[in-house]
Amino acid sequence: MSRQSNRTTDSKKMNSELFTLTYGALVTQLCKDYENDEEVNKQLDKMGYNIGVRLIEDFLARSSIGRCQDFRETADVIAKVAFKMYLGITPSVTNWSPAGDEFSLMLENNPLVDFVELPDNHSTLIYSNLLCGVLRGALEMVQMAVDVRFAQDTLRGDNVTEIRMKFIKRIEENLPAGDE
Amino acid sequence: MADEAPFQFLHNELLQYIYKTSDNGETENGRNITKLENMGFRVGQGLVERMTKDTARFKDELDVMKFICKDFWTCVFKKQIDNLRTNHQGIYVLQDNKFRLLSQLSAGKQYLDQAPKYLAFSCGLVRGGLSNLGVKSIVTAEVSVMPACKFQVMIQKM
Repeated sequence: MSRQSNRTTDSKKMNSELFTLTYGALVTQLCKDYENDEEVNKQLDKMGYNIGVRLIEDFLARSSIGRCQDFRETADVIAKVAFKMYLGITPSVTNWSPAGDEFSLMLENNPLVDFVELPDNHSTLIYSNLLCGVLRGALEMVQMAVDVRFAQDTLRGDNVTEIRMKFIKRIEENLPAGDE
Repeated sequence: MADEAPFQFLHNELLQYIYKTSDNGETENGRNITKLENMGFRVGQGLVERMTKDTARFKDELDVMKFICKDFWTCVFKKQIDNLRTNHQGIYVLQDNKFRLLSQLSAGKQYLDQAPKYLAFSCGLVRGGLSNLGVKSIVTAEVSVMPACKFQVMIQKM
């Protein structure tokens, strides 16, 4: 079986391509279903949110990371552990605001856009907007309300891809009414 | 390393989305299945293109099917097909005793009627993969006991 030997496919890499391609198929479908890019962006964010609220459980269970003391630690965990675990990349954390409540994730190579070129008529589409939803949803489950958005995107001609994250507030744990 | 959890969650969202945007009904259900299948088709095409770019030409149909059962399945579902059967007249049955996309569901009968929608995308994957290897086919799937599942590939003679 000489053929068997030269059929070495890197399954880990392939699996990320499966994800990339599936995501591409999803965005294509959304673009067909919705008239304008804004709607598509919103839908992607919503789906990301749904993924995020479930992904956080998987993440906490597997990484054995406890509660973060401050937003800086959160940023580190996101960039160095979570992105690494799920997408195989480690974005750099930069551009801290003086108050320490806002930072940027710089993605050098975003695996979601591996085979993607945006056509001219989709200039306002935020292709990887799912990621924003995922981050928002996941952090909400650990009592952090955070605003997440793409500040720059290589797909739209910027030099880097930048995700801007802004801490809004801690979500208080609500006791059910009348339950002391 | 890209993890498999994102793919599973994404796949779930895909189903959610496709099924939410339409109301129920027999024809509508069929259309949803077709939509999912078509998405899978495109993804399967892309994957096979990437996987086989450095491999030698397959010598016959059976060789192609073996490739699908081994390499393709391992790449997508992290395991090989457990059993491949054929009648040597263009029908192949691929059996997976623990299908990855069903493994999160209850193993009882509770969600058995939901199973088809979890398979449509994968049917498309297989069909797309085969199509890019020059084999035109119809792929269907059935589940009798969770999470085992059988894919039937009917080769269309060109």
